[in-house]
Amino acid sequence: MAKVLIVAEHRDGRLKKATLELVSHSASSGNETHVALLGDGVQSLAADIGQAGAKVVHLAQAPELKSYTAEATTRVVAALAKSISPDVILASHTPTGRDFMPRLAARLDAGIASDCTQLSYQGNGISVRRPIYAGKATAEVEFLGSGPKLATIRANSLGAPKLDASRSAEVVPFTSFELSGLKTRVVNVVQGNAGRPDVTEASVVVSGGRSLKSAENFKILEELADVLGAAVGASRAAVDAGYRPHRDQVGQTGKVVSPSLYIACGISGAIQHLAGMRTSKTIVAVNQDSEAPIFQVADYGIVGDLFQVVPLLTQELKRVKEH
Amino acid sequence: MNIYVCIKQVPDTETKIKLNADATGIDPTGIKWIVSPYDEFAIEEALRLRDKNPGSTVTVLSAGPARTVDAIRTALAMGADNGIQVETPETADNQLVAKALAQALKKEAKVDILFTGKEAIDDGASQTSQLIAEHLDFAHVTVVLGAEYTAQSVTCRREVEGGAIEIIEAQLPVVIAAQKGLNEPRYASLPNIMKAKKKEIKVLKLADLGVSEADQKVRVKNLQLPPPKAAGRKLSGDTAAQVQELVRLLHEEAKVI
Repeated sequence: MAKVLIVAEHRDGRLKKATLELVSHSASSGNETHVALLGDGVQSLAADIGQAGAKVVHLAQAPELKSYTAEATTRVVAALAKSISPDVILASHTPTGRDFMPRLAARLDAGIASDCTQLSYQGNGISVRRPIYAGKATAEVEFLGSGPKLATIRANSLGAPKLDASRSAEVVPFTSFELSGLKTRVVNVVQGNAGRPDVTEASVVVSGGRSLKSAENFKILEELADVLGAAVGASRAAVDAGYRPHRDQVGQTGKVVSPSLYIACGISGAIQHLAGMRTSKTIVAVNQDSEAPIFQVADYGIVGDLFQVVPLLTQELKRVKEH
Repeated sequence: MNIYVCIKQVPDTETKIKLNADATGIDPTGIKWIVSPYDEFAIEEALRLRDKNPGSTVTVLSAGPARTVDAIRTALAMGADNGIQVETPETADNQLVAKALAQALKKEAKVDILFTGKEAIDDGASQTSQLIAEHLDFAHVTVVLGAEYTAQSVTCRREVEGGAIEIIEAQLPVVIAAQKGLNEPRYASLPNIMKAKKKEIKVLKLADLGVSEADQKVRVKNLQLPPPKAAGRKLSGDTAAQVQELVRLLHEEAKVI
């Protein structure tokens, strides 16, 4: 059994599913699970964390913590880590977790493994495996020396969180931190495409390639994505052609994703693209070219014109949903 | 301004990865080495900032084995003024590399701003920028799409999830980790390529920097290639039948919808 400290993440007053995934996985592995919940007016989020199996929620609240900064988060979590001495410190490999966790590791003089897709607990330690070369290989990472072991975990890697309404965590205010003299501040947050999940967090991703032929034609993928609650991704070719912004690009020079369902439409499957999505649990490919490399990684393939297949698929999914 | 860039030399994205004999690393045979693509945005941003602030210099650092000087020469050919190679072993982790780079930077007279790529495309860890920032006690901003500079601070557009953008103001000195879109990197000009070949690149060893292999915090125990996926199933029948079958399979067999 390990003493695990998980740094919770939330945005717009909502807890990230990826946080609950970490808490639920740690608790069901039999660990003493602590959660650091930082923010301003976020105490209500402790209930879900408790239902996922945390023993203690350490609630750190201050006006300076209202908007996330790596600097303030590092200070608070480092102070908490020194106070409760966890064996393991985890965060999700999101734009937030990947930003502050290395800084925290340097401050604690501790080892860190980023973007892990496998995590298991052994004694009071962890065993982790992470993709390198964007998934062309995976590496087992070994921690050297003493001190806490830090890791960021790719969303959707540990399975869906199990919530149990009969469980609750002890909520303990944590105030032993100093936030004066911060050198960074968030001036503003400009909202993005509200309503659609990010490609790295979504459990379903619908992606399009250059065969979509225009930015407008991505509408058929968006309609499919709407039925599935999916994110919309794109291949590098589609991004370079200007059909989608770079933030949607899946592949070695874009995002690496691991959803339970990845639907590749009109994507041939260049090595760099495959690297970014091959850990998806189920892969569907729709492509006119039956020799396209994407079919080598696809669980299910449809050889055909995506402009016919995709709208039919959207229709069929709607029909099945209604019944 | 004293502008610095840390870059990493990585295998080209086209590289087919093969493992070495004991599966602790990759087989370097035939690999074409390039500057990690995100680092090109870092170099370009440094050059633009220098050109707007007369009297400034851009110094490029890279940690790695001897081949790393080629990456530094690429940056010099783009227009950087000075190059420093920090000799680190192939097996170094990001902590060791960051500590060595931070120590090398501490030897410099003054560092106003340090640019890096948002991640290196080989290990994809996105750690080194933040680790260096912590060692130097600098602020850091990662995944930067745009930046406006004053003498005391920089205001960055940082990409976060779902297409949201955080506007972050950071006081100098600062570490900025560049995302694609920050700028359009230039190509090296022929005269600059010729000049870069003649420039002296300073080489620092770990011992010069007071860093040792004991500063390494993690190591790769073994590598695996992804298990070959069993050939998938191509569906048959007319399009409507294939689509119906697909939905059934996703529901009943894969259980993902």
